[in-house]
Amino acid sequence: MNLVEMRGITKRFGALAANDNVDFVVRPGEIHALLGENGAGKSTLMKILYGLYQPDEGSIVIDGSDEPLRSPADAIARGIGFVSQHFSLVPTFTVAENVLLGYEGRFRLDPAEMNARVAQLAAANGFSIDPAAIVGKLSVGQQQRVEILKALYRDCRVLILDEPTAVLTPRDTQALFEILRKLREQDLAVIIITHKLDEAIENTQRVTVLRLGKVVGSQDTSSTTSAELARLMVGRQTVPVQREAATGSTQRVVLDVNGLSVADKRGVQALRSVTFQVHAGEVVGIAGVAGNGQSELVSILTGMLQPQSGGVSVDGKPVILGDPRACTQHKIGRIPEDRLRGVIGDLSVADNLMMEQLDQFTRVGHLQPAAIAEHAQRLIEDFQIKASPGDPVRTLSGGNIQKVILARTLSQDPAVVIAAQPTRGVDIGATEYVHQKLTEQKARGAAILLVSEDLDEILLLSDRILVIYNGQLVGEFASDAVDLDRLSMLMTGAEKTG
Amino acid sequence: MSLGLRLERLPSPLWLRAAIPFIAIAITFLLVSVLVILAGANPLAVAYELLIDPLTKNSARADILVMATPILLTGSAVALAFAGGYYNIGAEGQLLAGAAAAALIGQYVGDLSAWVAIPLMIVGGFIAGALWALIPALLKVRLQVDEVVTTLLMNSVMGYIISALLNGPWRDPVSGWPQSPTIALSAQFPRIIERTRVHLGFLIAAVVVIALWWILTRTRFGLELRAVGKNRDGAQFLGIRVGRTMLTTALISGGIAGLAGVSEVGGIHYYLIGSLSPGFGYTGIIVATLGALTAPGVLLAALFLALVSRGSLTASRELDVPVYLGDVIQAVLLLVMLAVLLLNRYRIRRA
Repeated sequence: MNLVEMRGITKRFGALAANDNVDFVVRPGEIHALLGENGAGKSTLMKILYGLYQPDEGSIVIDGSDEPLRSPADAIARGIGFVSQHFSLVPTFTVAENVLLGYEGRFRLDPAEMNARVAQLAAANGFSIDPAAIVGKLSVGQQQRVEILKALYRDCRVLILDEPTAVLTPRDTQALFEILRKLREQDLAVIIITHKLDEAIENTQRVTVLRLGKVVGSQDTSSTTSAELARLMVGRQTVPVQREAATGSTQRVVLDVNGLSVADKRGVQALRSVTFQVHAGEVVGIAGVAGNGQSELVSILTGMLQPQSGGVSVDGKPVILGDPRACTQHKIGRIPEDRLRGVIGDLSVADNLMMEQLDQFTRVGHLQPAAIAEHAQRLIEDFQIKASPGDPVRTLSGGNIQKVILARTLSQDPAVVIAAQPTRGVDIGATEYVHQKLTEQKARGAAILLVSEDLDEILLLSDRILVIYNGQLVGEFASDAVDLDRLSMLMTGAEKTG
Repeated sequence: MSLGLRLERLPSPLWLRAAIPFIAIAITFLLVSVLVILAGANPLAVAYELLIDPLTKNSARADILVMATPILLTGSAVALAFAGGYYNIGAEGQLLAGAAAAALIGQYVGDLSAWVAIPLMIVGGFIAGALWALIPALLKVRLQVDEVVTTLLMNSVMGYIISALLNGPWRDPVSGWPQSPTIALSAQFPRIIERTRVHLGFLIAAVVVIALWWILTRTRFGLELRAVGKNRDGAQFLGIRVGRTMLTTALISGGIAGLAGVSEVGGIHYYLIGSLSPGFGYTGIIVATLGALTAPGVLLAALFLALVSRGSLTASRELDVPVYLGDVIQAVLLLVMLAVLLLNRYRIRRA
């Protein structure tokens, strides 16, 4: 008897099919891993099961009943629990108050009775947690346990956890899986959305792999290997090779990154002693699944984050970290991950194009409108930006905003280019344009660091590929010797060392 | 949704944006007409008294300039701060700080010529306003304390300080009134139009409005200020020192609000009293918002509100409507303006 049967689920967002005829079955008493790269459709599928999205096609049978799920309230009533990556807890309330919030129907609350009931529930499931503790003072791992308790209190039979270990320390991860095993023994079903293969292999009974919205594999965990899963997840057969050879690549190190370590806000180590070099005329690609430290690396290299330790130098000169202006001084060109943080949307194209060179365009505190307009006109022509100098940047398309950032950055002849997700969300024409411009910079002798979640883009442009996993560089490939199987395994943590 | 309609976010055409203040004024008068009818008067007659009649008389035209003077200054102060993303609600307290400084300096400059005495008061009032703005600004920049709350509360604190001064050391020794000693003759602002009460303060306000326009549109500081105001993360990414820019913005804003206090002491009362400002600092928020945080907008909005205030005096006399009608109109106009500005960003579409 299956606890959940999703059949033929299709969900479209505009032209994109986030789920395409997906079959997904969960049995009682199993921990089921839902695997896939970013954008594979895992979260969409689970949001459908939780009633947040309505499928365009397909049926969902929970415990023999196929009534439609119109809202999360329907899903909760049918025994579905969802623990999102971003907790929905009230930090100033106690554990018991959070667990009961929105569920207790009576007007008067009895704190002692509430605490007793929550303590009993926790004990029955093998948790140790103080029901009277204030949630804001708990660790992230403990807060996650409160979320799980919330679901259990609502009699959930299917517990969905979205990337549950992304925010946890290794010790908390261990504790989490112990709890999940206990739930499984009570015939609950647990679904974990993840891209960490090692966790899936060690802790689950079955796995389903999604790629580009389709199911590419669903089987017992014991009958598969991490290598097979990695291949299914990443799923590329050929390396595109129309890339130009590394012209003018020399042995001269331009960007030298040495031992960068940083912890994120929750205290989880986001980067662990990251060291690499980029030479003049070379493109180095950082490959990895999102959330493995790429954002922190880019933030440090663009002056927006101060690392705990480590250093960066350009042409042998150390760069002061944590100061965006130091980047401009050392001729580090920056294409930020989130392009809307790289421009001031309400200011004009002309203003945005010169904001990194304010000294050149001001005289004793006065802006020089003629010079600014001329500069803008020249860059708009050079970079084929479809806009007038006076247009507010926010009125431009994503591709044209990206061209504004490229124009501002590349027109300063940078020694280093940090290109983070340079083509995310732009159309094919703009993507090709960005690639062409990066290739021009390489020919000019710039050292280029390309950080992208798009593996095809990394393979297309990079002379050398570094693989990042869990905040560490775990492997390196020359562009003419890429072993895709191994690359996939390194990206997903299926193979531990490079 | 159930009606088959939905709101869609769209940029509006330029002509519509230019028409917004007029649409808001029209709606406001429709709403206020209800009150006028309840008060037993003819709305058209009231509209004439409020908007047209004051413009036909010399003395009323001069009064409008006098009444516009403090709110031109507080409006400029608030517009600068808001444009920089610093929500200074404390112009009222900063105005009082400037007024206290002017009253203090004005008492001791009797031996100096007006050419020295008046600039001393102006500089002193600016510094006092800026200093009173410094505390919330530091809290904001260093500790991310919400400036809306702190600047607002600092207004009450300054109100009590003024009250303590007037009931303590500055109490008039002869009459016993809570009012400071009169400032020296050389510190009193000259009239700039004969046979009217229009004083030097209006000239100062005009210069400040021009300076506001020049700072916001022509200087590097203004560009950085606007960048910080629109997108703090983006500004930081582009190498702008966000904290320093915000601090400078707050201090200049406080200083300008302080000038409004100097102008009222130096040009109108010649001493400090507790009721010096009937909320000019708060009216400045209305002026800045109606003026879309631009200098020309502040100029028009301040003159318009002064016109309505002046008109409501005659209207209450001639038509027997409450004099508070002017205040009601200001408040309704602000609400309508905000609503129209918000709705202007959307279009109603069939789903």
